[in-house]
Amino acid sequence: MKDKLKNIFKGGLGQLTIPIIAILLLIIFNLIRDPSFFRITVELNNDGNKVLAGNLISIINAASELAILAMGMTLVTAASGGQDISVGAMAAIAGSAFVKVLKSGGSINGLLVIVAFLVAVLVAMLFGAFNGTLVSVFKIQPMIATLILFTCGRSIAYWINGGATPTVDSGIVKAIGGFIPGCPIPTPVIIVIAMAVIFTLVFHFTSLELFTQSVGINGSAARLNGINATWIKLLSFIILGACVAVAGTIGVSRLGLINHETLLLDVEMDTILAVAIGGNSLGGGKFKMAGSILGAYVIHILTVTLYAMKVPSTDVKAYKAIVIIILVVIGSPVIKKWFAKTVARIKNNKSKVPVKGAQ
Amino acid sequence: MENKKTFRREPLTDTQLLMIIAICIFVAMYLGAMLFLGGGFLRAQQVFDMLNDNAPLIIVSCGLTIVMIGGGIDISVGAVTSLVVMSCALFLNNGGNIYLSMLLALGIGLAFGLVQGYLISYLEIQPFIVTLAGMFFARGMTTILSVNPQKVNTEGTENLVELLTSKDPAQKISFIQFLRDMNFKTLLEGKIKIDWLGYTAPNGNRIPVRMEWGVVIALLCVIVIFLLLQYHKLGRGFYAIGGNQTSALMLGINVKRTRFLSYVICGLLSGIAGYVFLMHTGAGNATNAAGMEMNAIAASIIGGTLLSGGVGNVAGTLVGVLTLTTIKKIVVTSGLKDPWWQSITTGGMLCFFIILQSIVLSVRAKLRAKQKKG
Repeated sequence: MKDKLKNIFKGGLGQLTIPIIAILLLIIFNLIRDPSFFRITVELNNDGNKVLAGNLISIINAASELAILAMGMTLVTAASGGQDISVGAMAAIAGSAFVKVLKSGGSINGLLVIVAFLVAVLVAMLFGAFNGTLVSVFKIQPMIATLILFTCGRSIAYWINGGATPTVDSGIVKAIGGFIPGCPIPTPVIIVIAMAVIFTLVFHFTSLELFTQSVGINGSAARLNGINATWIKLLSFIILGACVAVAGTIGVSRLGLINHETLLLDVEMDTILAVAIGGNSLGGGKFKMAGSILGAYVIHILTVTLYAMKVPSTDVKAYKAIVIIILVVIGSPVIKKWFAKTVARIKNNKSKVPVKGAQ
Repeated sequence: MENKKTFRREPLTDTQLLMIIAICIFVAMYLGAMLFLGGGFLRAQQVFDMLNDNAPLIIVSCGLTIVMIGGGIDISVGAVTSLVVMSCALFLNNGGNIYLSMLLALGIGLAFGLVQGYLISYLEIQPFIVTLAGMFFARGMTTILSVNPQKVNTEGTENLVELLTSKDPAQKISFIQFLRDMNFKTLLEGKIKIDWLGYTAPNGNRIPVRMEWGVVIALLCVIVIFLLLQYHKLGRGFYAIGGNQTSALMLGINVKRTRFLSYVICGLLSGIAGYVFLMHTGAGNATNAAGMEMNAIAASIIGGTLLSGGVGNVAGTLVGVLTLTTIKKIVVTSGLKDPWWQSITTGGMLCFFIILQSIVLSVRAKLRAKQKKG
C-alpha cells in the first residue's frame, strides 16, 4: 500500500501531473483570494427548477464545449501528428445546419430536434471526412489541410442560413443548453460525461486507442503490421467531426440562436492548448484523453479566475499567455531533465554527508 | 567512383518547381483577369495598389517562410504586428521621436523573436504552443495599451519628400536637413511617383503610378532574405534543419542556434511589418492585422513552402501574396458582392494549390524511386 502511494507521488501520474498541479494551484489561489469562491448554492431559476449555482458549476458548465472538442482533437493529434484548426468554423456549419432543420418544420418537437441533431452530426462528419481525406490520402499536413475550412467555413455557415441569424424558441432546445426540468445539473455537463463514457467504452472494447497510437508513433511500421493507417487517420477526423457537431449544438442551444460569426470563436486555439496542457505530444503518438479534458477545465478555471479579479475580457488573453508559458516551461523536457539532475545531486550529497560526519 | 557516376543532379529542385508552378498560375490568372475583366487590371496602378495594401503582409510572410523552411511555425506574427502598430502610434502621439519609434518597433519584434526562439529551440517546447501564447500575449497587450483607435497626429507638418525632390532651388532642402526634419507625415503621405507607368486620364491629365515607402521596404526585405536563403551559410542551414534535423546535426550545423535565429529573424520582420502597417494606415487599432497569421501561412503555401520544412522560397511567397490579393480583387470586380464569396473562393483556391502540390510532389517521389531502381 505504501509502495503504491509512493509510486503515485513518484510520477505515477505521468502526463497528468501538469494539469492536476495547475488545477490545484488555481483552486488554492482562489481559496486564498476569496474563501467563498467555490461555494455551491441551490437556486430557483426562471423556469422554477431547483438548480445548482456558483462559480464552480459555471466553470464546469462553460468548459463543456471545449472539453468535447478536446476529446476529438486528442484523437486527431495522436493519429496524424497535427491539429485541426477548423473546429470553430465547422461548429458554425453544424450549428447552422441544426437551426436550418429546426426552422424547416412547423412546430419544434422532440423528433425534429433529434433529426436536426443527426443532420448536424452528418454534415460535420462529412466536413471532417473532407479534412481527413486531404490529410490521409493526399498526405498534407493537418494544419494546412484544415486551413481551407478555417478560411471559408464561417462563410459556408453564413450561406446555409442566407446570412440571417435566426433564433430558435423551444423548450427542448433550451433544455439542451440549460437545465432539464427536475435535474439540478446543467445538461452540457451531463453530455460531457456521456461523451467521456462513450469514449471509455470504445477504447475498452475496440482497439482504436492502440491503433491510433501506433499510427501516430510510426505510420509505416503500423502499416507493415497490418493496420490501415489511412483509415485510422480518416476515422479520427470523422470522430472529431461528430464531437464538433455535439459542441456546436450545445453552443447554439445555450443562446437559442445561431450566429455564424461568433459561435465558438477562437475555440480552435483553446482546444489545441487543452490537448497540450493535458501533456499530450502535439507531434502525435501516445495520448491520454483524460489529460485533454482536464486541460479544458484548467483553461476555464483560469479564465473565470481572471474575470473574478475584474480583468477586462479583452485583456484576459495576455494573462492567460503568461500562465500558459509558465506551464509549458515547467513541462518542457529540458527543464524536467535539469530538475531530475538537481534532485539526484541533492540526494547524492545527502548520502555523502553522514559518511563524512562519521569519519 | 561508381557512386559519382550514378549520381545525377536533378534539373529542378522541389523548391524551384513549386515556385515556378506558383508563378505560372499567378501570371495566367492575372492575364485572364486582364482579358475578361479589363478595367483596372489593365493599369499598372492595380499591381501597385496591391503592393501598397499588402506590404506588411509581404514582410510578415517572408519571416514566416523562413520559420516554415526551418520546420517550425509561428502564429504570433499578426498579433505582434498589431502590438507594434498600437505601441508606435501611442508613442508618437505622446511626443515620441520618429527615429526612436522605429527602434521601438524593431525592439518589440526582436523581443518576441528572442523569447519565442529561446523557448522553442533551447527549452524544446512545441512551437505551436509557444507562438500561440505569444499571439495571446501580444493581442492582450494591444488591448491593455488602448481599446480605442489611436490616430497618429500629423497636424502642421509639411511633406518633406516634395521639398527634397523639388526643382525650385529656393524650396529645395538638403538630405541632412531632410533627415533632421523628418516627421510622421513624410512617412505617411510620402509616395514615390513613377510617371512613365501612369496613364492619361480622359480629361488630359497625366496620372502617375503611386507607390508607398512601405513597398520599398517590403521589396528590400524580400531581396535581402532571398539572398540570405540562397547564398548565406545561415540560410542554407535553415533548409538543412528543416529537411532533416539529424543529418544537419551530423553535418556540423548548430541546429539549436539556427532554429533560434529563424524565430529571431521572423520576430524582427514582424516588427518591421508593424511599422510599415502604421505608415500605411496612420492609426493604431486593436483589431489591426486580424487574421494576418493565417493569410501569411496561406501566402507561403501558395508560394510553394511546405509546412514540413526544407522546401520554400521567399520569391514564391511574394507571388503567393499577390495571388491571394488578385483572387479577392477578381471576386470583387466580377460583381460577386455578397460577403461570403471572397473567403469561399480563397478557400477553394487554397484547396486547389494544396492538392496540386501534394500530387506534384508524390509524382516526383515515384519517378525518383523508379530512377533509383532502373
